[in-house]
Amino acid sequence: MVEMVARPYAAAFEAYAAQHPEVLALSADLTSSVEIDGFRDRHPEQFLSMGMAEQNMLSFAGGLGLAGYRPFVHTFGVFLYRRPYDQLMASIAYPRRKVRLMGFLPGITTPGGMTHQAIEDISVMRTIPNMTVLETGDAAEVEGIVEAADSIDGPVYCRVLRGSVPRLFDTPLKVGELRVLSEGTDVLVITAGITTEEAIRARGALDQAGVSVRHLHLNTLKPFDAEAIVAHAAAVKHGVVTLENHLVAGGIGSMTAEALAEAGLGKKLIRLGLQDTYAHGGSRPYLMHYYGLDALALVRGIERLMAIETGIDEGALEAVRVDAVHSAVKAEAL
Amino acid sequence: MPSELPLRNEKTTEEIALGIRRRVFEHTIRNNGGYLSQACSSAEQLAFLYNEALHLGEPTLPMIPEPFGGVPSANNPDYVTGAGYNGPFEPQHDRLFIAPAHYALVAYATLIETGRMAPEGLEMFNKDGSSVEMIGAEHSPGMEVHNGTLGIGLSTGAGLAWGRRRNGDTGDVCVFMSDGEVQEGQTWEAVQAAAHHGIDNLWAIMDVNRQQCDGAMEDVMQVGDIRQKFTDFGAHCVEIDGHDLSAMRQAKAEKHEGKPLIILAYSSPTHGMAILERRFPRLHYVRFKSQDERADFNQAIAAELGIDPIAY
Repeated sequence: MVEMVARPYAAAFEAYAAQHPEVLALSADLTSSVEIDGFRDRHPEQFLSMGMAEQNMLSFAGGLGLAGYRPFVHTFGVFLYRRPYDQLMASIAYPRRKVRLMGFLPGITTPGGMTHQAIEDISVMRTIPNMTVLETGDAAEVEGIVEAADSIDGPVYCRVLRGSVPRLFDTPLKVGELRVLSEGTDVLVITAGITTEEAIRARGALDQAGVSVRHLHLNTLKPFDAEAIVAHAAAVKHGVVTLENHLVAGGIGSMTAEALAEAGLGKKLIRLGLQDTYAHGGSRPYLMHYYGLDALALVRGIERLMAIETGIDEGALEAVRVDAVHSAVKAEAL
Repeated sequence: MPSELPLRNEKTTEEIALGIRRRVFEHTIRNNGGYLSQACSSAEQLAFLYNEALHLGEPTLPMIPEPFGGVPSANNPDYVTGAGYNGPFEPQHDRLFIAPAHYALVAYATLIETGRMAPEGLEMFNKDGSSVEMIGAEHSPGMEVHNGTLGIGLSTGAGLAWGRRRNGDTGDVCVFMSDGEVQEGQTWEAVQAAAHHGIDNLWAIMDVNRQQCDGAMEDVMQVGDIRQKFTDFGAHCVEIDGHDLSAMRQAKAEKHEGKPLIILAYSSPTHGMAILERRFPRLHYVRFKSQDERADFNQAIAAELGIDPIAY
């Protein structure tokens, strides 16, 4: 079974920042919630408490960037773009400051309800000129996100997982490299973040039901590797299913649709994720089931796409053993 | 470089302030509209900043501004901001942010009066394809960051100042502000953060002309005792007459260890152009309503500024 890693961000950030004095940690009163409380205590000279004042925090970070620093702005994803959108645009994105926006609790990974759930962050961030958008899907990617983000020549928004995170991959996140997790021929499944583990689980049952799945995991959402997506979509018979921890509008589903349309590839596309709705507060498994973001929803989506019935039920999915993906998996560069 | 350009300190600050009003007036008459009241209220402040208060290096960009060269992007490696008109970004030099970018016309006039931009620069104001934009952009002369959205300047200045202090730079960060900005919550977030982090290489001078786009602030949104509010939020705050240069010098010399300094410069939006009172309280952007009004203003303001009426 997969290894669960406790607080991978905490250790990764501290190890990296301690070696890079021009990296600063900014926090808006959620320091332990974003796992940098230890860093604050051990490296106070690189830590700035900004209080509950995100508008100032973002413009201030822009000023730090102008002074030659690379601030990592830590808070929940929603607080990085909803209230301070103007500051994000004018003080960070436009001037291409090397500000690293570390957005915790992406999508429905919080029981905090509408005010805490970043369900449209990808949609917002990817339309901002100069912005790069990354998403972590396992502990290895969380460990690698710090260095990956700091390699970006400009601002970057990262969807970061916290707490106990499964280790699915044994290679770090590389910007612009999607992971090809399986190379089936019936249907292309595209996932990112927490939906990748769901798709791995679904694949186990689908394989047994005779459905051949080609599965891509994305960690670089902008720039979006449209060429690779189109090539993989062209390699399957029935079409594409995207599954994302986000609204289907503006996220991976939309980006895939744009890629297919611009390439003139007439493949059917089913977009799974939040369907033009807010979510409410609850546990992650409950919310993933309730809003159709889990393995069962993916199976049903594939059945719809292929006009088949696989007979897979929740019991069959629970019986699937999810293992770490080893380096036999291909990474494809952007 | 045109030979009539003055070098720094060749003129007195009073002369520069008068020159600013004359240039903005001339521009406004010729173009049948302009930011006249901002010149009235802030001419002494901007003249003081550029001619006395700030330690700025020689300009690094062409006296005649280059055309718009594109916005910042990975594909635009030659992009530059307008900061070079305020001198090179070196540790010993101060930086200046013009937080209300709507004062751009006045700021450009100041650059000309202090020999940092050629008079031709003002001819490019608000022309398509020009970098000398109506609302100062990051690439406009003398602008260092985008400030057209009000309230973000002081926060950016605080971040830059914190970083410069950590770098050991001796140069300060100065933010020219407008009083309308105190209606924005971010201004208060910025002051509290600057005070919390003891950022004392940061100072601001605020043009308190009590005017905003809709009219008099008193009617649009009352802001109360802003000196008390700034003090309560942790700044060292001083009130002066915004047209009194000796008061300005004294205020700048105030000790403010561990705190940002904020100078509230109470000013008149019609100072030096009394006929503007006729347009009160809609002074944000003065566009003449008739050719008669334009002619009346031309005669009256020219007389008050001691020049001939503008031929247009």
